Formats: sequence, C-alpha cells, structure tokens
Amino acid sequence: MKKLVSIGALAAVSALTLAACSSAPEESGSSSTAAATDTPAASLDYTACMVSDSGGFDDKSFNQAGFEGLQQAKADLGIEVSTAESTSDADFAPNIAAMVDAGCDLTITVGFLLGDATAEAATSNPDSSFAIIDVTYEDSFDNLKSLTFETDEAAFLAGYAAAASSKTGVVGTFGGIQIPSVTIFMDGFLSGVEYYNEAKGADVQVLGWDGENGSFTGDFSDQTKGQSTAQGFIDQGADIILPVAGPVGLGAAAAAQAAGDVWIIGVDSDWTLTTEYADIILTSIMKNMGPAVYDVVKTSAEDGFSSEAYVGTLENGGVGVSAFAANTVDEATDAEIQEISAGIIDGSIEP
Amino acid sequence: MSAEVDKTETAEAGKPPRDTRALLREIAESNSLVVVLAVVASLIIGGFLIVLASPAVEEALGYFFARPADTFKAAWDAVSSAYSAMFRGAVWNYNGDTFAQQFRPITETLTMATPLIFAGLGLGMGFRAGLFNIGAQGQMMIGAMLGAYVGFAWNLPPVLHLIVAVTACALGGALWGFIPGILKARTGAHEVIVTIMLNYVAANLLGFALSKDAFQRPGSDNPQSPAVADSAAYPLILGDNYRLHLGFIVALLAAVGVWWLMERSTWGFRFRAVGANPNAARTAGMNVSIAIVGVMTIAGALAGLAGSAQILGTERSLTAGIAGSFGFDAITVALLGRSRPLGTVMAAILFGGLRAAGPALQVQAQLPIDIVLIIQSLIVLFIAAPPLVRFLFRLPAPSREKVVTA
Repeated sequence: MKKLVSIGALAAVSALTLAACSSAPEESGSSSTAAATDTPAASLDYTACMVSDSGGFDDKSFNQAGFEGLQQAKADLGIEVSTAESTSDADFAPNIAAMVDAGCDLTITVGFLLGDATAEAATSNPDSSFAIIDVTYEDSFDNLKSLTFETDEAAFLAGYAAAASSKTGVVGTFGGIQIPSVTIFMDGFLSGVEYYNEAKGADVQVLGWDGENGSFTGDFSDQTKGQSTAQGFIDQGADIILPVAGPVGLGAAAAAQAAGDVWIIGVDSDWTLTTEYADIILTSIMKNMGPAVYDVVKTSAEDGFSSEAYVGTLENGGVGVSAFAANTVDEATDAEIQEISAGIIDGSIEP
Repeated sequence: MSAEVDKTETAEAGKPPRDTRALLREIAESNSLVVVLAVVASLIIGGFLIVLASPAVEEALGYFFARPADTFKAAWDAVSSAYSAMFRGAVWNYNGDTFAQQFRPITETLTMATPLIFAGLGLGMGFRAGLFNIGAQGQMMIGAMLGAYVGFAWNLPPVLHLIVAVTACALGGALWGFIPGILKARTGAHEVIVTIMLNYVAANLLGFALSKDAFQRPGSDNPQSPAVADSAAYPLILGDNYRLHLGFIVALLAAVGVWWLMERSTWGFRFRAVGANPNAARTAGMNVSIAIVGVMTIAGALAGLAGSAQILGTERSLTAGIAGSFGFDAITVALLGRSRPLGTVMAAILFGGLRAAGPALQVQAQLPIDIVLIIQSLIVLFIAAPPLVRFLFRLPAPSREKVVTA
C-alpha cells in the first residue's frame, strides 16, 4: 500500500516538475500596467453584470445564451463583467443586491421568475440600470429594459415547413413546462401547420398541442421523459417533432435517431451546431438571445442606457429559422416560406 | 499514529452492526468539539479547493520552479479573498459606504437562517423520537401553498390576516407530517420512504396548482402566484433597508417552545422515551402510536412555518421553487445542531451565513457558487463520521460515546 502511494506521489511530482519548468513571466514595473495592455485599446469603463435563474449558466437555454452574449461583449468591448448564479428562488434578490453593491452599471436578469425581484431593485436603485430577458411589465421603468422575443413568428415558418415536408401527415410538439415562453413556440408551430392546411387543402395533424392543452414533460432536465414522449409521437405516426424543453429535447432527438426517418426541429439555437444530432435536424427555431444581450450591453456602454423595450422579431433578426436540412424542403416550398416571412414582417400574416 | 488507527478500527469492528436508530443517536450525541472541528476541517479543505479553482494559482504553478513564491502568493490571495468575501457577505461588510451596507450582511444571515431554524427544529424533534423525517421539503411546500392562498386571495384586517396566513402555513405542513405519522403508527410504513414520496406528491401538487388560474396572476400564464397582501406579510423588524422580518422572532420563540416541549413536558419525555427504545416505552405503558403521530405532525407544522418564512417573509409570491433546498438543508442543520433547539438555531445561523455569503463569493471573489455547496457537504460528511474528525485532530474517543454505542 505504502509503496503504491509513493509511486503515485513520485508520478505526480514528476508530472508537476515537467509542467512547472516553463519560465516565469518578466516582472514588469507594476502589475496594473501589464494588465492594462492586455485589454483592447478601446476599453470602456463599464461594468455589465448578469444574474441567472436557478437553471444556471450551463442550462443550454436562455441563461447560457445570455451569458455567452455577455462574455462576447467583454471580449469585444473590454468592459468588466460580473456574474452570479442562483441556486434557488431565495437567491434572486440577494444576488441582484450584490450586483448593485458591486457597482454594476447594468444588471441583466434572466427569466420571469426574477421579474419581481428585478422590478423591486430597479425601483429602489434609480441610479443603476437593469435589463431582463423574457419579461414585460405593465408599468414602465426609466431604468429597466425588457428583452422579449416573438418566437411564434419563426415557429410559424417552421410549422409550415414541417407540414410541407411531413411524409406521414403527422407532426408533433411537446414542451417542458406550460409557461408562456414555451407555449409561444408551440402556438406558432400549430398556426404554421394550420396555415399550410388551409393554403394547400391538406390535413396535416399536430400531436401534443391544440392551442390550450398539450404534452409537457414537467421539467427542463429529464431527458428520458423527452425520449418517451417523442417515442409516443413516433408510435402515432409523427415524422417531425418539435421539442420545446431545453435539454429534454435531446431525449427526443435520441428517440428520433433510434426510430430513423424522423426529423427534429431544434429550439433556441442552431442545433446542427450545438448538438450531436446534426443529421436529423430539419431546422432550428432560433431565439437569438446572445446577440440581443450583446447589443444591449454595447449600446448601453457606448451610447447610454435606454429603457425602450427590445422585441426580437423576424424583421430585426431577433428570431429566425436556420437553413433547412438538404433534400427536405423543396424549392417551391422554400419560396413560399420566404413569402410568408415577408408577410409576417409587413403584418399581412398573423402568426 | 498507526497504533491509534488500529485501535479505533478494532474498536469499530468489535461492535455489533448498528441499526439506524443507534446511528442517529450517535450522531445526535457526538460532542460539540467534534462539530466545531468538523466546520474547521471543511473550511480548510474548502480552502484547498479554492486554491485549485483559482486561475491565478494555475498560471503561477506553470512556472513553479522558476519562481515558487508566486504560487504561494497566488494561493494565499485566492484563499484570503474568498474567506474575507465570505465574512463580508455573511457578517460585516467593512467595505460598505454606509452603515446600512455594512450592517446588512448579518441581517441577511439571520433572514436566510429563519426557514432553516423552523424546519430544523421539527426534524430534530423527529430524530430524538427515532423518526428520520425526510419530508420537510414537501411539508414546507404545502404550508407555503396554503399560506400563499390565504395571503393573496383573502381580504382580512392587518394583524388578523397575518395570523390566519401563518396558521394556514402551519396547518398545511402539519397535514403533510400527519400522513406519514399515521401511516407509520397504523401500518408500520417506513417514514423515510413515505416522506420522500410525499415530497414528490407535494412538488407536483404545487406545480399543478400553479398551472391553474386560481393560483396565477390575472392576465398571465406564468406559474407564479400574485404577491401576498401586505397585511399578510411578516413586518420587517429593522426597517425597509433590511429584509429581516418578524418570522425570525417567531422562529426563536418556536425554538424556546420546542425546548420546553422536549425537556420539560410529559409529552417530550414520551417522545424521547419512544426514540430511546420504543419497546421499553410500550412496556412502560406509553402509547407509541400517538407519540409517533404527534411528533410527525408537530414537525410538519414547524416545516410549514419554514414555508411561511419564505412566502410571507422574503419571496411574497408562490413559485415552484418556493422551498428551494431548505427542506433538505434543514436535515443537515438538525444533525449539526445535535437535534437540540439551541444547537439547531446556531447551526441554522451558520448555514444561513454560508448561503448569505454566496452572492459576495460569486461577485466579489469570482468563485463558483459550488464552493459554498461543497463546504456545506463537507461539514455533513465530517459530522456524520466523528471518528474521522477525531483522527484528523488526534482526539481520543470519549468514553461516554463508547458506552452509548456499545
């Protein structure tokens, strides 16, 4: 036993020695000037901060997207950033307060659960600016900006494309929890399919959502539930499935891959890039939260804060659909989708 | 050194296999020094983890042999900035500009400790009665659910409204504690299984309620209730600058109440007798069934009050995450407090402090929140293994405990 330990220790020490042989950096006059040269020339004296909800910054959904936008802003603009993850609802108010105390110029919070805490902080700290993703308020605040996304516009296009390319005439969708930021995808998807049925006299069925009730897995973490829900749809003949449940959707993708000849529609980001199921992704309904956060931080830091609400639409690129998989959507349909997209932007088509 | 280890090992091996009850008793009766040393040991190990997590240390390690002093300096900076941020976040913010900012951390600690005190007291009672109640989480949710409904849907005069809402919280928790109690007393169903399952039932019931219009804000489909009326909320006891609310005082009173119940009343004697040896208690003419149901119901009511600290104190509106992880943290608190009211209050304040330090650790020391959770878990680990702490600090095994565990 002792021998084993000493061999292990020797190995560790030699590994450390090899790793630690590189030379020390030159000692410069003062460390602060060294640090200053690392940052971009156009460095701004601005601190942007972010508080997650209890999903954390690795939730593969809105927390992560917002976090990446913030990190991008840090890299490009040379601003300071600070982040805090909440482990439970009880952490929201203290985390926001800590940001204000730390002198954040702009504090971005993520998700409807932080709505009350953010509004309260905005009211009691009129000198700080705040922004919140996925929340709108009835009252308006001078120092609180809301960032929302009309994802139903993009989901409408995906629904139309799904209806046009389904071979079985059955498509399915399910959500994580029945909350507005989830059902808005399902609403748009359903309307898109109905629009196709009306335009083409077809009868493509949607499983899992009828506009009021539908299939929900109950959380945003259990992938096996996504797998079994998707399997249920596949058994009923669905060949295109839209899971609106964050990482739970990966379970649906696994079921689709196992079944073969079943397509998945990704949500939030382009799933051909962010998941390992690139070859079965028909398209992705993108909710571009990262770029939106980046823009808000950039504008606020360079030109000053504006409390005017940001709404991501097809028109401003805040939402959109990614390129369709090869050999799924024919050219005629693609042209129709372009037309519908234009129709949604000019208001002639209601998603 | 090795001789000592051998002695302990043989002493351990020589003992008959212990059942859960004896193990619980051993944990409950481990001496206070071990508890303090467990906290110290976990802070030391936490320090090593902080060093490992520090990017500055990693960088300095890269050229360790060229200039080793850098590594030690970086390590020291990482640990000292973490623990000083912890102090500033939980006790006294000496960097604060105003007195309110300086004083706020300690009030945050007490605020965070409030639900832990309530739930920990209930669980501690259960432990002393030999009941391993895992259900504080569910009891808290049901309590918070009822209290929230009374708080936002009913319209009552100020003081009465608060009293009714708090009572509703306690009743909800009591109901959720009564069910495993009566099942255990009547059918022998094990309370660990039943309370764990009831946690799921409560969580899904809460999710279901929040999907209905009756529990949602008008004009919104989000699973979030309206805020409870001001008349139903615990008043802030130190003014608007601090979140500390009346619930903390109620929790302290509950601690005194539980102490009196367990140490001074006949019922408490019965509870403890059932915990020490149910067969002997039955032979002595005590009604074990009633004692079990009574302990579980009171523990449930206290967990329900923990729910009131959240819904009527800090959060004000009901969400699926209203109970956070307080119900489970309270198990640790009760064990750390050796199931005694005073110990539970102290342990709850320690844990409240660790939680309150979370934002400062993340924002000021740029540490992941996981470090706090790791330190909490290490404390549990050391508390659960008194011989390990004694070994680390070279303490002799106390004779009292040998008698207890023999």
